[in-house]
Amino acid sequence: MTQSQEPPPAPRDGGNHDAAPLAHHFDSLKQQYDSAKLGMWVFLITEVLFFSGLFCWYAVFRANHPDVFVDGHHFLETPLGAFNTAVLIFSSLTMALAVRSAQLGRRAPLIGLLSVTLLCGLVFLGVKTAEYRQKWHHRLVPGQARIEYFFSAKRTDGVSAPPAKEFLPEGEGQAQYRQYVRQHLAHAGEEILTEEQLQGRIANLRSFMGIYFTLTGLHALHVIIGMGVIFWILVGAIRGRFGPRRFTAVDLVGLYWHLVDLIWIYLFPLLYLIH
Amino acid sequence: MDHTKTPSAPNSASQADVPLAHVVELRILLTVFAALIMLTAITVAVSYFDFGAFNLSVALGVATIKATLVALYFMHLRYDNAFYATIFVIAVGFLGLFLGITMLDAVEYYPDVQTWQQSTR
Repeated sequence: MTQSQEPPPAPRDGGNHDAAPLAHHFDSLKQQYDSAKLGMWVFLITEVLFFSGLFCWYAVFRANHPDVFVDGHHFLETPLGAFNTAVLIFSSLTMALAVRSAQLGRRAPLIGLLSVTLLCGLVFLGVKTAEYRQKWHHRLVPGQARIEYFFSAKRTDGVSAPPAKEFLPEGEGQAQYRQYVRQHLAHAGEEILTEEQLQGRIANLRSFMGIYFTLTGLHALHVIIGMGVIFWILVGAIRGRFGPRRFTAVDLVGLYWHLVDLIWIYLFPLLYLIH
Repeated sequence: MDHTKTPSAPNSASQADVPLAHVVELRILLTVFAALIMLTAITVAVSYFDFGAFNLSVALGVATIKATLVALYFMHLRYDNAFYATIFVIAVGFLGLFLGITMLDAVEYYPDVQTWQQSTR
């Protein structure tokens, strides 16, 4: 399947200098590479349109209930979000540099840069996990009462699932929780809230958190998939499978990783930076 | 059918040296990275100021500049066949159409939402 041209007498720097196997239905390597890239772009576009459904949900909700978003963003840690943005941008740089290394047939930098990209993905997910843990701790996960009920001993007592209203913790925890919510809502001179207002604000908060978890959760899933394919590329790089005439896989995985970054570039201001 | 290309095929000798893709200069990649980090810092700093109705526009504007930089340089759209950029722009156009038409419909119901909100207060 490979071209029977002898490999160019390039320096032995560990990079693969063989051309990619040329499938019989392509005229040239260039055409084969361009077709693969076109396919990847079409796939990326389906990803954009897939996320656009969620962005549409966000837009309609925010247009009709802007107060929900102003309230909600007070419960997100902007420094953590900004840190994660920087991490993803840095990983995009290392990925772009990795593609460059593959194109130039430099194997050692390729392995190093892919490892750094993978590490950045891990850091991003670590920060995300810390944020999610905090939300769970503050009882801000939608449906949390039901999840806890599902895993609690009460399940065998024949007690029906708690109504959504029982979202608040019971007893002493409830007072603390109310204090926590009040503190975070203490903006624009609204420190004093009536019981009814507080209930309404907590309901709003849950709507916001539903959007937050869906958008960031789906994005995190893409980060995990991206890390999976980067790992696959890393193994290929260690085995010396890429070179100046065969780097299509590295390039396409790079495109996917950049798209994941691109989506986060929009998610960060839409969720964390609301005034 | 023979599944291999013979050296006499028109592509092999003449196209062996055709580069598959443009190699982006190191300097450009590093500059784009610096610009992206700077824009992130700006968008965070700016979020502490109130621009009234322009808050969302400012945030989305900066995000769009960042996204354009990523697409043009990290995703090679500036150097690649313009066909990729074309289909990407068309997709973004459809995204705008999707969001725009949905928002037109959503604002139609806004008075109803307001009436309901007043009634629950």
